[in-house]
Amino acid sequence: MVIDQQRDPQIPRSAFRAPRLSALAGAPEAYNYAFLDEVSKREIRRALLKAVAIPGYQVPFGAREMPIARGWGSGGLQVTLATLGPGDTLKVIDQGTDAGVNAVNIRRLVERTAPGVATTYSTAEATIIQSRHRFPEESLRADQIMVLQVPLPEPLRMVEPRESVTRQLHAEADYTRVWVHLYEDVITNGEISRASGYPVMVNGRYIMSPSPIPRWDIDKLHQSASLTLLGAGREKRIYAVPPHTNVVPLDFEDYPFRVEDFSGKRCARCGATDTYLDEIIVNGGGRLYACSDTAHCDERVSAERETRNAE
Amino acid sequence: MPPTDATNGQLPRSAFRVPRSPDALLKVEGLAKRYGRGCDRCYELTGPEHGTNECPNCGTLVACAEIGFALAPGQTLGIVGESGSGKSTVLACLYGDTAPAAGRAYLRSFEDGRRDIFDIAPGERRTLRNFQMGIVYQHPHKGLNLRISAGGNVAERLMATEWRRVADIRERAGSLLGRMEVPPSRMDDLPAFFSGGMQQRVQIAKALANGPSLLLLDELTTGLDVSVQAGVLDLIREIQAASGIAMIIVSHDLGVIRLLAERTIVMKDGRIAEAGLTDQILEDPQHPYTQLLVSSANV
Repeated sequence: MVIDQQRDPQIPRSAFRAPRLSALAGAPEAYNYAFLDEVSKREIRRALLKAVAIPGYQVPFGAREMPIARGWGSGGLQVTLATLGPGDTLKVIDQGTDAGVNAVNIRRLVERTAPGVATTYSTAEATIIQSRHRFPEESLRADQIMVLQVPLPEPLRMVEPRESVTRQLHAEADYTRVWVHLYEDVITNGEISRASGYPVMVNGRYIMSPSPIPRWDIDKLHQSASLTLLGAGREKRIYAVPPHTNVVPLDFEDYPFRVEDFSGKRCARCGATDTYLDEIIVNGGGRLYACSDTAHCDERVSAERETRNAE
Repeated sequence: MPPTDATNGQLPRSAFRVPRSPDALLKVEGLAKRYGRGCDRCYELTGPEHGTNECPNCGTLVACAEIGFALAPGQTLGIVGESGSGKSTVLACLYGDTAPAAGRAYLRSFEDGRRDIFDIAPGERRTLRNFQMGIVYQHPHKGLNLRISAGGNVAERLMATEWRRVADIRERAGSLLGRMEVPPSRMDDLPAFFSGGMQQRVQIAKALANGPSLLLLDELTTGLDVSVQAGVLDLIREIQAASGIAMIIVSHDLGVIRLLAERTIVMKDGRIAEAGLTDQILEDPQHPYTQLLVSSANV
């Protein structure tokens, strides 16, 4: 039924306005620090310690019900909430941008429930960076932690549907089926066609799904100065890549791994030629390219403006 | 452990004696496999003399027990017997598809035959399978992944042993398939669309990919029509002649055994009823079951 407000002045306009979620959620003091209760945080931290101790190994954990839907970063959020404390600065990225609705919501939740934690758009200022699908363009430092949201943590799922079997394959490091999968890909498509979540070998032992980051970002995992934590809430798995760990994409000697090719293209805003670019289809069917990492792009634009002003 | 002296009037003692040949490629001793909770009397209450392989005491199925034999390099051993006599279980245990309840086996090409291959870690077992053994199952879907290309199936074996160049893999897989008379144009097709005989050829190519010392053939030609059977059997004979690879052939078809195997084991109710040279067994069967088998097979 559609009520026409214009014809029925008896109904106040406010009745049609949705109540603010903050009003429904109650006072922030009603929640434990960083939303999760202490026992849950302890369990997640234990899983994180184990994950760091066995690079690339998926540690099962009891994923909690979160105020965002499973599949929307609930795993990454739990890792973030169990990791941060007063004095931390959090940056949240959704597909490269800090202004995505999911990133905004996660940042707000932390602001409301974790006093003492600052939030930022700047990669350099952040101590913890939660991200979906992207790494920041800048290299991370040893004092920074990268948290990735993972929809499907099991790299062997594409070749084996049974969890009991994939665990055994991991235990015995029997990765032949993944290689056959890549071989089939080469003979049907002429190259390894995997665009995101490219399977990688971590520390020469476990094959790991790096979450759906583009190939461009795989190299940022290899021998990174920072710690990378990966959380899959729906699939209830946590895994990690410690600092200075080898992360090698699987490839063949005659079909080597290669990243996305942006040669001859540049960002329409900042003019960058060395970043991962998003393709934007504009009116009339033309193509425009812009940096996927918007914070990095903004910094370049403002730096350029400052130099121009100085001149 | 199965009792080693469980003989009676019907069974020749030689059936339980392990041949002591120092140069044997494969030695199997006291192999047994049970399905069920098992009891102390399983082995003494089953076997051909009882006419059953199901323990009347606890209901456990004794798939095979007291299996011992030796296989020389390049030799072919046939295992015959009726359905359910435990032939395929012996192969499954040797290949590592299932864990035996008891027994030891030594493969000369694995650590000089000093270590029992039933008593090694799963990872080592897989390496052993990939490098030393090949198997061809009766049903191609057990040995092949029908949803990946024929070449991919052969390549799986190669990539398990660290082949990492697509060009090399394709060359080796192509030449193996060519030897098996699978046309190179069909290398990238799915085996699901192949005929039964061609699927078996792909399986054989896969089994031979890493140059194993032992090839296990489980009811290789059962279910193929007669002309295709002849082609596949010819192929096996060629491999025997060319590569000197040792084989164990499980079949209920005495014709196949006569054609391919030098020595034969006759199995009944999970035990070895009779063992010896193939010609001897077919011409002068000693055990009543073998006599029945030979007289009804008309070979």
